[in-house]
Amino acid sequence: MALAIEIAGIQKRFALRHTRSLKETVLWLLKGRKGDLSKTFAALNDVSLTVEEGETVALLGFNGSGKSTLLKHISGVMLPDTGTVRTRGRVAGLIEVGAGFHPDLSGRDNVFLNGAILGMSEKDIHRQFDSIVDFAEIGEFIDTEVRFYSSGMYLRLAFSVAVHTDPNVFLIDEILAVGDEPFQRKCISKIKELAEAGKTLVVVSHDLDLIGQICRRGVVLEKGRIVHDAPVAEAIAHIRGQ
Amino acid sequence: MTAVSGEPGGPAQAELRVPGRGAGLRDVARHRFLLKLLVDKEIKVRYRGSVLGLLWSYVKPGVQFIVFYIALGIFLGLEQSDRNPDGLPNYAIYLFSGIVLINFFSEALGNASRSIVGNSGLIKKIYLPRELFPVSAIWVSGIHFLPQIVILVVACLLTGWSPSVLQLAVAIVGFLIAAFLATGLGLIFGAINVYYRDAENVVDMLLMVATWASPVLYSWEMVRRQLGDTALSVYMLNPLTVSVETFHYAFWLPTTDQQFQLPPGFLPVWLPVALAVALFTVILGQHLFRRLEGRFAQEL
Repeated sequence: MALAIEIAGIQKRFALRHTRSLKETVLWLLKGRKGDLSKTFAALNDVSLTVEEGETVALLGFNGSGKSTLLKHISGVMLPDTGTVRTRGRVAGLIEVGAGFHPDLSGRDNVFLNGAILGMSEKDIHRQFDSIVDFAEIGEFIDTEVRFYSSGMYLRLAFSVAVHTDPNVFLIDEILAVGDEPFQRKCISKIKELAEAGKTLVVVSHDLDLIGQICRRGVVLEKGRIVHDAPVAEAIAHIRGQ
Repeated sequence: MTAVSGEPGGPAQAELRVPGRGAGLRDVARHRFLLKLLVDKEIKVRYRGSVLGLLWSYVKPGVQFIVFYIALGIFLGLEQSDRNPDGLPNYAIYLFSGIVLINFFSEALGNASRSIVGNSGLIKKIYLPRELFPVSAIWVSGIHFLPQIVILVVACLLTGWSPSVLQLAVAIVGFLIAAFLATGLGLIFGAINVYYRDAENVVDMLLMVATWASPVLYSWEMVRRQLGDTALSVYMLNPLTVSVETFHYAFWLPTTDQQFQLPPGFLPVWLPVALAVALFTVILGQHLFRRLEGRFAQEL
């Protein structure tokens, strides 16, 4: 099998204090760049990870361990300070469902806009449109402005667009708590279906039971480092044992 | 397993690639469909919930025009009349043809400069060619510019307008100069605005100066009369001056007795220079934008 994701020794530092003004910066430059303008901490520290095509990987760890930051590096939203990230084929993030939705547009317009944002072509969207609306169970409300949707309808439509983008690598960040229970079951079975179809999945979630069902491999992060990389049951045991 | 479509316009099955490194403005051309949707969105959302809707695109410049015309044309005596033979003939057309262009430029640059911060929700979560946002802001302004051009043309026709093909072609070049300049500066200030929100205020100030630093309200001859030929050359280096002057040449001049002279060397020298400056601004803007975009997601 070929590699889907290759992460080699990446490091990412974040500034702790972002609100620096132009005045402060100018003074700092005039003083010959003395002192630190803003303290930094390492969000990711020497992280290396390779994922084969068709693997289902869970990123586990407590809040602030660097899971989401790592996901953002795989999607290209962030670039590492050092080290390299490479991916094969189209990578689509189910990162925060509905990021590209506009409340003043109709459901239909939002399907097109969000689909295109997630990398679908015009032809793809036309072909998948009915399937997207069916899956979301939106029905006749598709031409209503999205701001009149219930929060459940909103999330269902957004999730439905995302799972229809058909990328090679799926990045899923904390979005499995979508809608009511029947819809949640539907989402999970859809994700399992994607995994069985040979898609590469990288999942971030705090729902350990759910992750155990979907993923085979578990990678545990702690303070920006990978501390454990094993079959998912072992990784979950590692997290719970802490 | 079904066939997987790649990036729009890209290869279906790619090699291992570094994510998050785009090809700049060329990527925008490959994402035309998304660009179109982003522009449509802005147009639909702009006047949503207002009674007059798109009519506002006519009302606002209309009021602006009336105010300027009364204050400058009549009170300050820029309109030519029997009592004021030194004024400009058809000052109303002169004024309006400049105003529509400056309005376009102001809206385009203002919105492009705010476009990255304004779309931070998307930029922080999904990788897209970020140039899409400033470029779509320019397109939206271009679409809002159309109704104003319609009013201008109607007004011109009412005063006996008969332009030559050359004059119309020059006006198109003049419009492109303003559009390229707004794109280049929009990329620069849009990117800087992520790091220092001061950029928005700098742009507002620049736009205020732009109206007065180009011959919108007065004629270029006044610059030469007051400041001399050297100052006029500096004045002509401003691409907006040239851009506004092309609109006077195409829309205002053919409604007069065509006695008014263009600035010396306007078509052979200043027009190409302005186009070159505007294109250089795009290249510079693209370069700076790409250097700064790497840290957009964490700085927003």
